[in-house]
Amino acid sequence: MTVKQISVFLENKPGKLAEFTDVLSDNKIDMRALSLAEAADFGIARVIVDDVYNASTILKDAGYVFSMTKVVAAVIPDEPGGLSHVIKTLGDSGVNIEYMYAFTTPKKGTACMILRVEDVAKAIEVLQKEGIRQVEQEELTEL
Amino acid sequence: MERYYQPEIECASLDQIRELQSKRLVKQVQNVWEHVPMYRKKMEEQGVEPGDIQSVDDLHKLPFVTKDDLREVYPYGLLARPLSDCVRIQSTSGTTGRRVVAFYTQHDIDLWEDCCARAIVAVGGTKEDVCHVSYGYGLFTGGAGLNGGSHKVGCLTLPMSSGNTDRQIQFMTDLGSTILCCTPSYAAYLAECICERGVRDQIKLKAGIFGAEAWTEEMRRDIEDKLGIKAYDIYGLTEISGPGVAFECSAQSGMHVNEDHFIPEIINPKTGEVLPDGEKGELVFTCISKEAFPLMRYRTRDIGILSREKCSCGRTHVKMTKPLGRSDDMLIVKGVNVFPSQIETVLMNKGYPANYQIIVDRVNHSDTIEIQVEMTAEMFSDSLSAVAAKEKELVDALKAMLGIYAKVKLVNPKTITRSEGKAVRVIDKRNLYQQ
Repeated sequence: MTVKQISVFLENKPGKLAEFTDVLSDNKIDMRALSLAEAADFGIARVIVDDVYNASTILKDAGYVFSMTKVVAAVIPDEPGGLSHVIKTLGDSGVNIEYMYAFTTPKKGTACMILRVEDVAKAIEVLQKEGIRQVEQEELTEL
Repeated sequence: MERYYQPEIECASLDQIRELQSKRLVKQVQNVWEHVPMYRKKMEEQGVEPGDIQSVDDLHKLPFVTKDDLREVYPYGLLARPLSDCVRIQSTSGTTGRRVVAFYTQHDIDLWEDCCARAIVAVGGTKEDVCHVSYGYGLFTGGAGLNGGSHKVGCLTLPMSSGNTDRQIQFMTDLGSTILCCTPSYAAYLAECICERGVRDQIKLKAGIFGAEAWTEEMRRDIEDKLGIKAYDIYGLTEISGPGVAFECSAQSGMHVNEDHFIPEIINPKTGEVLPDGEKGELVFTCISKEAFPLMRYRTRDIGILSREKCSCGRTHVKMTKPLGRSDDMLIVKGVNVFPSQIETVLMNKGYPANYQIIVDRVNHSDTIEIQVEMTAEMFSDSLSAVAAKEKELVDALKAMLGIYAKVKLVNPKTITRSEGKAVRVIDKRNLYQQ
């Protein structure tokens, strides 16, 4: 019940992000979500794409340093309090969130939270128990 | 009127100098032959015996000593006196594997301090002066050497050591420092701070003795203008004694080598052949008066030129130019010796690829060093803090190896230019060695 996030090392220089997104677009890879974390001289672009296996091959060929991480993708209702429910559930169960970001889905009224947690198995379990739906890898292709 | 600390020797005729040098050299060769097995072995390999050295004209027959030789017999292998006769050590900026520990008897300290006293008197120092020593104290020779020289001249000595700029300026204004001794980059920084704070009219500085790193004529003028002083160069290295191996006089056009103690030669770094005065080559020194650690024909790797042109100051000792470069790949950053191989060792130990680039620059008269390293999949993770922690680990390891902070910059793989043949590992943007 997880999806794979691709994290890419990028130098903190003008044009580096555009180079990266060009590589994806030239190869017809569609991004579902993108989040950037930055240090002084470098940044990490974290992306969720429609075709993770194809994307990884392409990035490898293009010479990028990247890693693949299992993340939880929780579907939340696009309304006040929707997010609180998810993070409270995790917090109450002692699951620590390292970082997270969101994207909306074409399905009206729902959003998807990407959650990077320490204990993935436990996160999946407690979210399921609370009836919070999680997106799977295959679904990303069809979105 | 020009004043001298030891006029009888500083202004001696060339014949007198040569006679003294020859006498001391012959004695020193006999001494190291008897007391330092490595010298005897080297001389035997070269087919030279003490009897072959009758005067300075025979100096070229002796074998060279290199930094590698020092390392090989570290720490005691070159001692020419029992350890019990030694009273002090000084050491180069703590770099693993390349550290030099030099030993001194009281006699050695005295002659070293005499050399520094000559430098102080040459810039106009007298017992009326307040000598502000902002070189580092400790193992580094800068603080100890100028401190001792200042005592010999009879100046009121302020053993400030380096750092704590607020306190430096406070003492300068409160106690009326007249002579400043420090690295040129620190002098430039102090000058800037003094101007910024608008306290220039409260300082009484008239001269500065600045060494331990390369600096340009522009930097000299900048410091002189900002502080309203005369800025003088001083040269030395721990292996030979420390600062004061050579020093600048009122002519400010090269440094007089204290050749009654240290005989300079210029050689072709490739062939070892001795070059005549006026030609550019590697500086080699022979210590003819020292007792504990008398290096013979020590190859400094500094490139320079010697000149016997008559000097307006009246001193007769040969003059050397500022170092014009290096004959090896050593960098001097913030006064600290840095070898690219040390950086490479750290990178390899930490699992980084050996493809790297060192970028040295000078920003606001202060040296900066940046090491660009290519990111690898093994080092990378999706967590910024994990990558930052790895980066910090590398910075700490470099600091432990080099003794100074070096900025690490992680770059994309394959972005560091692969050159054909010899890799360009170092980009020095400082342009310090102008001709």
